Amino acid sequence: MLKSKEDLNQEIDWIVALAGNPNTGKSTVFNALTGLNQHTGNWPGKTVLKAEGTYAYGGYNYLLIDLPGTYSLFANSLEEQVARDYICFEQPDVSLIVTDATCLARHLNLVLQVLEITDKVVVCVNLLDEATRKGIQVNLEALSCELGVPVVGTTARDGVGLEELKETIALVAQRVICPQPRVISYDREIEGAIAELLPHLNVEAYPNLNKRWLALRLLEGDPSIFDYIKTPEAINEVLVKPVWAEG
Amino acid sequence: MAPSLNKIPIGQVCRIKEVTASGILRRRLLDLGFVPGGSVFIVRRAPLGDPTAYLVRGALIALREEEAATIDCRVKEEEDAFC
Ligand SMILES: Nc1nc2c(ncn2[C@@H]2O[C@H](COP(=O)(O)OP(=O)(O)O)[C@@H](O)[C@H]2O)c(=O)[nH]1
Ligand SMILES: [Mg+2]
Repeated sequence: MLKSKEDLNQEIDWIVALAGNPNTGKSTVFNALTGLNQHTGNWPGKTVLKAEGTYAYGGYNYLLIDLPGTYSLFANSLEEQVARDYICFEQPDVSLIVTDATCLARHLNLVLQVLEITDKVVVCVNLLDEATRKGIQVNLEALSCELGVPVVGTTARDGVGLEELKETIALVAQRVICPQPRVISYDREIEGAIAELLPHLNVEAYPNLNKRWLALRLLEGDPSIFDYIKTPEAINEVLVKPVWAEG
Repeated sequence: MAPSLNKIPIGQVCRIKEVTASGILRRRLLDLGFVPGGSVFIVRRAPLGDPTAYLVRGALIALREEEAATIDCRVKEEEDAFC
């Protein structure tokens, strides 16, 4: 039933990355939006499944990329690295994060991690029917205020909320809505180290890369990040200071 | 002294006091939902005692004994919400 890759090569206006914990309805959202206009394969050089598909909305064509379901973006597994690298380095026009209304707290971890990388985010609170069944009410407006990004409630399995979702994605893609994600501030030493690093973090290949995020990963000593950047001496000088106390 | 998570019997509920692991393991435990202040229900242990399945923030997560040993807990009388 899947169409071939060639069929996807229509004019694409906006690219939307779909992220979320496993089992939140990511594929259900993906299928509902793209219908049969999908193609599956592997991520280049990886054994991780990649699904992409297209849909048209409001006169534009959207390419939707289904990222691997992960709890985190800290590159501890192949899946996490694929998801993180896509959001960081491919810089989609919108990152759509699907969450589970029945246990939102668990899902906000990933949301906050994405918000540290990009402001072009839409949060989808899915499984609203299940939440209602369990007597859980989600205040979507309050959540949106707290996070600083648009939040849309859905019951993807029944197609509920998907029009609003497409509309919200469109508004963020076109920068009609410019989300202002909540900035997570760390303690004084870490903020000091970030400030010291920032002026040295011009990564030529990725001019739009979020430098604050990059600084945090360097301070953590995340080895996967060194594949992408060369660390000039100035950065190393900051990094050898013992700023990142564990615990 | 706070008991670590691997010492809590099946069927009990506890609250996480502190995650003493560092580095990548610490990060992974936090990502899996083992966050200070949160509740954990000890669901079952594999026949040889390792790993153990925990209900934490609405998901069932299995940890090895040495991983659970880095999570300090307070045992609670009763708990109704795990999410
Ligand atoms: N009740 C309910 N079930 C849903 C909803 N969205 C998805 N599901 C179901 O949740 C399960 C996991 O969905 P899936 O899309 O495969 O999740 P993924 O792992 O995030 O891709 C499937 O059985 C879906 O039918 C929803 O809004 N409500
Ligand atoms: Mg899926």
